[in-house]
Amino acid sequence: MTSRLEISRNGLWSNNVALVQLLGLCPLLAVTSTVVNGVGLGIATLITLLLSNTIVSLIRGFVRNEVRLPVFVLIIASVVTIIELTMQAMFYDLYLVLGIFIPLIVTNCAIIGRAEGFASRNPVGPAALDGLMMGFGFLVVLALLGGMREIIGFGTLFANAELMFGEGAQSLKLEINPDYSGFLLAVLPPGAFFGLAILIAAKNWLDLRPQEKTEIVAPAPESA
Amino acid sequence: MTSVIVSSPFVAPGNKLRRLMLQVIIALLPGTLAYAWHFGPGVIINIVLAVLFALVFEAGILKLRAKPVMPHLADYSAVVAAWLFALCLPMHSPWWLVLIGVGFTMIAGKHLYGGLGFNPFNPAMVGYVVLLISFPREMTTWYLPASVSGETLSLTDALRYSFGNVDIGQWDALSSATPLDQVKTAVGQSISISEIRTSPVFGEFGGKGWEWIALGWFIGGLWLLLTRTIRWHIPAALLGGVLGMATLFYLVDPEIYASPLFHLLSGAVVIGAFFIATDPVTAATTDMGRVVYGFLIGVLIYIIRVWGGYPDGVAFAVLLANMCVPLIDYYTQPRTYGEK
Repeated sequence: MTSRLEISRNGLWSNNVALVQLLGLCPLLAVTSTVVNGVGLGIATLITLLLSNTIVSLIRGFVRNEVRLPVFVLIIASVVTIIELTMQAMFYDLYLVLGIFIPLIVTNCAIIGRAEGFASRNPVGPAALDGLMMGFGFLVVLALLGGMREIIGFGTLFANAELMFGEGAQSLKLEINPDYSGFLLAVLPPGAFFGLAILIAAKNWLDLRPQEKTEIVAPAPESA
Repeated sequence: MTSVIVSSPFVAPGNKLRRLMLQVIIALLPGTLAYAWHFGPGVIINIVLAVLFALVFEAGILKLRAKPVMPHLADYSAVVAAWLFALCLPMHSPWWLVLIGVGFTMIAGKHLYGGLGFNPFNPAMVGYVVLLISFPREMTTWYLPASVSGETLSLTDALRYSFGNVDIGQWDALSSATPLDQVKTAVGQSISISEIRTSPVFGEFGGKGWEWIALGWFIGGLWLLLTRTIRWHIPAALLGGVLGMATLFYLVDPEIYASPLFHLLSGAVVIGAFFIATDPVTAATTDMGRVVYGFLIGVLIYIIRVWGGYPDGVAFAVLLANMCVPLIDYYTQPRTYGEK
């Protein structure tokens, strides 16, 4: 039985969906051209993970092992459909921006991965917490990547916030430098790969740093 | 028949890489001078800036990777990569454009893959393509050669352009689409080639001024062949690919497809054939493979020029062919002696 602290730590950092498991990269790379897009998809994924983990954990006693995967997929698909319809009703503009990537949350491997790997073997409490934390870890990476790409690519931050928080949020938009004409590469697909690689490298660097102080590093072989 | 058996010590061959790179720099001189003659001192400023930035990046990354700095700097490979990169830029480019491009050339193109000898893609082309897709406005502001406009920017004006916040519009009268660009636009508007050829930017065969620059690269390329710095397979196959495609379509309809000589002498075909495609790290390594590789680049250049979105396609063609190199090498292994 894993403790609550450990579950949170796993989801947010040491087993982060995007940075360590490298799951769900398709939406991660495709929609993170701005913070708002990233956060929008992040929240949708978070709610999906939370709900699907909870439901899978609740019914884990009744589902025969042989049919568990189709059942999980059905549950996830239902949850995603609910979220999609809700977004269509309440955040229509954001729904249009994210487009196909909302229904595609069904295919996000992270969700079925958590359902199979964690929720189907644990009671409701830990399963829900796991879904929440995994989703939150994913959300943070989406927001960070969106922020990096938005600043470098457009020179703005929190553009189009009104899509999510209503008209009042328009003033949230920060313009770093009005003369900045933008670095298109960051917005194009290569920018997403560069950005994700930089984030993964930064995480690994942070993880390895404390060990280096105690360990004696063997000198690297010199190539003349 | 006797054979002389010699025991050690042998004479060390010296730094071969450094000699090779020096030959390339010598061979780049005629073309570079012709380029600067026709387009003014901006060309030289680009090269100087790019080489300086490249040396700083190279030294910095080598230091970060805990590798010896001086031996790597002294082999001139960074200088050659930066020089080739700078030649791709429009003649007047702001300094930050050069900095970003050289940064991608040295960091993403070369050192992230493990440094010289490990990079699958031609570093100079990586830097150039990054700029081309990221800064379309800056990367397509080309200027007229002196033989058309009658003047080039003076050294001080060119320096102000590189370093100052000069309004580009000031020199709008001097800027112009390149001949390749004009042909592409004209064909898009169904204006025939013979009509567009009356525009003053066209010379006898290709673009005015550009023909002489191509001749400069050709002389440099011959020098590389004579000094055995490169072998003939890649340049011959590449030029053959471009000429073959161009001749074929020219014979089909000379009013829509420009002449083979125009394709040969415009844009970056000649410098690409002798200097860029022949990069020993990223090219195919077997003789047959080199022919396939060069021909593939030549055909791709023509396809991108005529049916693609960009007026010239040397950089994209080289990168695409770089990607195919492991496959080409695998299927063109020469027969081992004694094997069937």
